[in-house]
Amino acid sequence: MAETMVEAPAAEMSFIDEVCSVPGGEAIRSCIQCGICTGSCPTANNWDYPPRRAIAMVRAGLREELLSSNSMWFCASCYTCTVRCPRDIKPADIMHALEVLAVRSGLSTKHSRTPVMYQCFVDSAKGNGRVYELGMMIKLFLKTNPFSALKLAPVGLGLFLHGRMPLKPTRIKGMKDFKAIMDKARKLGGGK
Amino acid sequence: MKHYSYYPGCSAEATAIPLGISVLPVAKALDIDLAELEDWNCCGSTPYNSVNKVEAGAMAARNLALAEKTGLDLVTPCSNCYVVLASANTHLKELPAFREQVNEALAAGNLTYSGGVRVRHLAEVLYTDITPEGISSKVTKPLKGLKVAAYYGCQLVRPNGFDDPEAPHSLDEMVTSLGADAIPWEMKAHCCGSSLIMSEPDVALELINKILKNAQKHGAQCLVTPCPLCQINLDAYQSQVNAKFKTNYNLPVLFVSQLIGVALGIPAKELALSKNIVSPMRVLAPYL
Repeated sequence: MAETMVEAPAAEMSFIDEVCSVPGGEAIRSCIQCGICTGSCPTANNWDYPPRRAIAMVRAGLREELLSSNSMWFCASCYTCTVRCPRDIKPADIMHALEVLAVRSGLSTKHSRTPVMYQCFVDSAKGNGRVYELGMMIKLFLKTNPFSALKLAPVGLGLFLHGRMPLKPTRIKGMKDFKAIMDKARKLGGGK
Repeated sequence: MKHYSYYPGCSAEATAIPLGISVLPVAKALDIDLAELEDWNCCGSTPYNSVNKVEAGAMAARNLALAEKTGLDLVTPCSNCYVVLASANTHLKELPAFREQVNEALAAGNLTYSGGVRVRHLAEVLYTDITPEGISSKVTKPLKGLKVAAYYGCQLVRPNGFDDPEAPHSLDEMVTSLGADAIPWEMKAHCCGSSLIMSEPDVALELINKILKNAQKHGAQCLVTPCPLCQINLDAYQSQVNAKFKTNYNLPVLFVSQLIGVALGIPAKELALSKNIVSPMRVLAPYL
């Protein structure tokens, strides 16, 4: 197993070493390609490359092809694969590691809205210290397809009318220290 | 009285506010002291962990560091916060290089984390520390005759569960302890699609439909779940499922704390029952 490091990898690092270097990706080498992950996945029929195949592609070094696919972005983090995996490689965590690498390499697919949604969530959480769900959703729709918001408007209105959609974000008190922590973490993690 | 450090999570103050409101009177009635973690921040959730691991680690660890100062177990009612905080905790314990980086970031905010916190889900605390028998002893309005589908979702029981990851029983036991009938059904720990409802709604709506269909087939009058994301998907998006699949579900989806509260005789207002999208008043009327 490669030594666990978090820093962005050197150019000569192999794809599988790169996956191993992200927390959660360490155990990928133990995969025996049994396919129970794909068989267990509730969304696998939407993936360009379903979980078993995605893992095989890491081992084959097909970096750009996999990282630019929609595959891991369909992982709903249900962890069924993870509790069933006979080799304990934690496939869901590997999918999250692949997402991290796709973002870091600028390869995230444009064919799924999930990468944009995740980024909107992160911006909201970082901006206030707490997630502001309404703001995040508005941003997601503006950045993807504003017209698709119309379809979901009744859901949003229902939540609003039931007092479940506050119109103002909540901010934590210790924003200054929180921001210092997150700025430092961004530098250490090689983020933009 | 049992004491815990309490981490509500962002949605308990917004889209899942019925959870945030109902937990408090129920905890009080069960002699549970939930001391809210001072100035907690977002756990980072799955999105942050899919974008940048060190930032996600720092975000979760700020909460863990604050909780460590209290010396109490950190309890959250949110299944996603639970998985994210517990996974960060494990990574911080097992990966020294990661821990070092995260602690370097925390130092910029004058905090440090040494790995001493136990992260727990409120449902697990209710089951393990309070126990179904303990809950049962406080019931004043037994939910006799109410058919409930206990819906665990995923992250309460996977990957770090205290219960069977695929055939869990803890919620069923709690439902039974309230005098209600926990119906047997197959989809109790299947995925509702979680946040894919926002980015890939067609995929999530199909999963939600399968769950509602199965609950209805087995005669459930309502569902009960501990998870904010599951509750929103099954409750707020039920009308979208009806429109898309030409179904006519009218299945209330309660938070576990709301159902326990009804059986403990806590007034409907304190349980925020009017904030559920599919009104539970019809099926709960005999017990209120």
